[in-house]
Amino acid sequence: MDVSIRKVRKEFDRFAALHEVSLDIASGELIALLGPSGSGKTTLLRLIAGLESPSAGAIFFGEEDASRKSVQERNVGFVFQHYALFRHMTVAQNVGFGLKVRPAATRPPKAEIRRRADELLELVQLSGLGGRYPHQLSGGQRQRVALARALAIEPRVLLLDEPFGALDAQVRRELRRWLRGIHDATGHTTVFVTHDQEEALELADRVVVMSQGRIEQIGTADEIYDSPNSPFVFGFIGDSSRLPVRVANGQLWLQDRTIGLAARGIPDGDATLYFRPHQIELLDGCGGCIAGTVVASRRVAASRRVELEVGGERHRVEIELPAGDPAAGKSRIAFRPKRWAVFPDRLAGQPGLAERNVPGRPEPELALTGV
Amino acid sequence: MAVEAFLSAAIAHSARPVATATGERAGIRLLLIAIALAFLGFFLFLPLVAVFVEAFREGAAAYAASLAEPETAAAIRLTLTVAAIAVPLNLVFGVAAAWSIAKFEFKGKAFLITLIDLPFSVSPVIAGLVYVLLFGAGSALGPWLKAHGIEVLFAVPGIVLATVFVTFPFVARELIPLMQEQGSGDEEAAISLGASGWQTFWHVTLPNIRWGLLYGVLLCNARAMGEFGAVSVVSGRIRGLTNTMPLQVEILYNEYNSVAAFAVASLLAMLALVTLGLKSLLEHRFADAIAAKNH
Repeated sequence: MDVSIRKVRKEFDRFAALHEVSLDIASGELIALLGPSGSGKTTLLRLIAGLESPSAGAIFFGEEDASRKSVQERNVGFVFQHYALFRHMTVAQNVGFGLKVRPAATRPPKAEIRRRADELLELVQLSGLGGRYPHQLSGGQRQRVALARALAIEPRVLLLDEPFGALDAQVRRELRRWLRGIHDATGHTTVFVTHDQEEALELADRVVVMSQGRIEQIGTADEIYDSPNSPFVFGFIGDSSRLPVRVANGQLWLQDRTIGLAARGIPDGDATLYFRPHQIELLDGCGGCIAGTVVASRRVAASRRVELEVGGERHRVEIELPAGDPAAGKSRIAFRPKRWAVFPDRLAGQPGLAERNVPGRPEPELALTGV
Repeated sequence: MAVEAFLSAAIAHSARPVATATGERAGIRLLLIAIALAFLGFFLFLPLVAVFVEAFREGAAAYAASLAEPETAAAIRLTLTVAAIAVPLNLVFGVAAAWSIAKFEFKGKAFLITLIDLPFSVSPVIAGLVYVLLFGAGSALGPWLKAHGIEVLFAVPGIVLATVFVTFPFVARELIPLMQEQGSGDEEAAISLGASGWQTFWHVTLPNIRWGLLYGVLLCNARAMGEFGAVSVVSGRIRGLTNTMPLQVEILYNEYNSVAAFAVASLLAMLALVTLGLKSLLEHRFADAIAAKNH
């Protein structure tokens, strides 16, 4: 079932939680809504489910305007962060609940409900636990029961609200891969909300990055990570360093010196340079580079993070070097980003104008020497 | 937790005489406990014993006979009738009020909560007087009621009204914190699975609140049967007709018929004991239910 969100707005009292959001989800796709708290991602998910109604706009399931239908009629599977299992029912009764409450005409017989529940418990790898009560299960098991319960009604869309948010890191990672497996096996159109970018990038076919009630960028993990289209996305996804620069004559300038990066198509004026700390190359001399004094150096897993003070205004930027790199011992380091993006300052924070930002690509000769 | 464990281990291993964390010595602790027990024994337990001793002073036969007295039997029937009307009404009102307060946001919510507490803060006598003012012969409604032959004051309807007023908060007060803590996640899950509003209430909400609800109903019932002040204002004390058990106790006592008075009182006392017993039992069950939820 493909889902189309068309110019949906949502206001609570007078606070706008979502500003005209549009999104098309293809049938069978696994979509992540990713953003910090207050970005409107959960609101959007609840709007799709019908747990909230939009202030304006419409949501289509296929050709059908779902926003005119009640939650019950929409037939969506919803999985809650805190499971929301019915604590006085056994696991099997929880899973069978959606079938039990159907009108008599479409309600399967008891034995069939039980058989279906067992089947789903097998799918979520909880066979034999049907007679337990929710409080006898671990958090990860409970969330799998919640998923089985949502799948039991053969939903047209599966919606998950921070499904792994209440679990510890180890269980999260396991369940993540497991959810991907279930999705590939059942083929449901799935939308899940998360504030964990690792989860979103690893799990989803496409990631929808949201901020302050707007969609910032929609794309595959590669697109989001490699070509962020706004300062927010660049800063939010992955590590990033930024540096205030000036654009003049198609070049980037740090005070009165050029950095050696071309800025074609960007209007002259103040701007901010974004790059990944590990996507840099070290340089010896400094004819067109960023040079700074080392102020701190930390070992992080396989690499070393070095903090530099750059320029007369002592802006701090972080770069990442291989752990054993001799440059880490120097007091002054010169480098140049290999991949970068520059965003004019007066457009910063205005995602509506994001397409005017120019993501940087390495100069051809640098790309050759950079590896 | 680790700190506590460390501290208690440190205390256990120290050579000094054992002291609690707050530092009271054993003697002071014993004294405090003794004061509490003596106080409770003198003010609560002794009177209870006295009620039963007095009721059976002339033997079980006299006890039974005084309960079988027609006026007393009528008072018992009336009390049961009033409770049978007032408690279900407050059950429905209480659930509705708790539901709307816990699950919805609306203007005037704080006012509604205050209003629910009103019967707790107002003297029952005043509650009774309010109904006299509303329905009495001198009120705006009085002539109309009289013209249509509806008796409110000095009749069962008035007693029921006064009892409903006084016992309103019990169910609602019990449910509001419980339902607020539980939130609406379970209900949302149920409707997303296709359950109708009624199915959601019956299969999900009601089982979630059942112990709290039963507890509230028990307290409500105990108060409904024991209410004196408000009922005494509106009842008119017509013997055999509008006397409830507490009113009957007072009348019998004023007539120096102390065996009969205490016999009726012993029934009320037993009601209190049964309520307390059931309440403790429920709290036990209830604690399990809450603990299970937080696992």
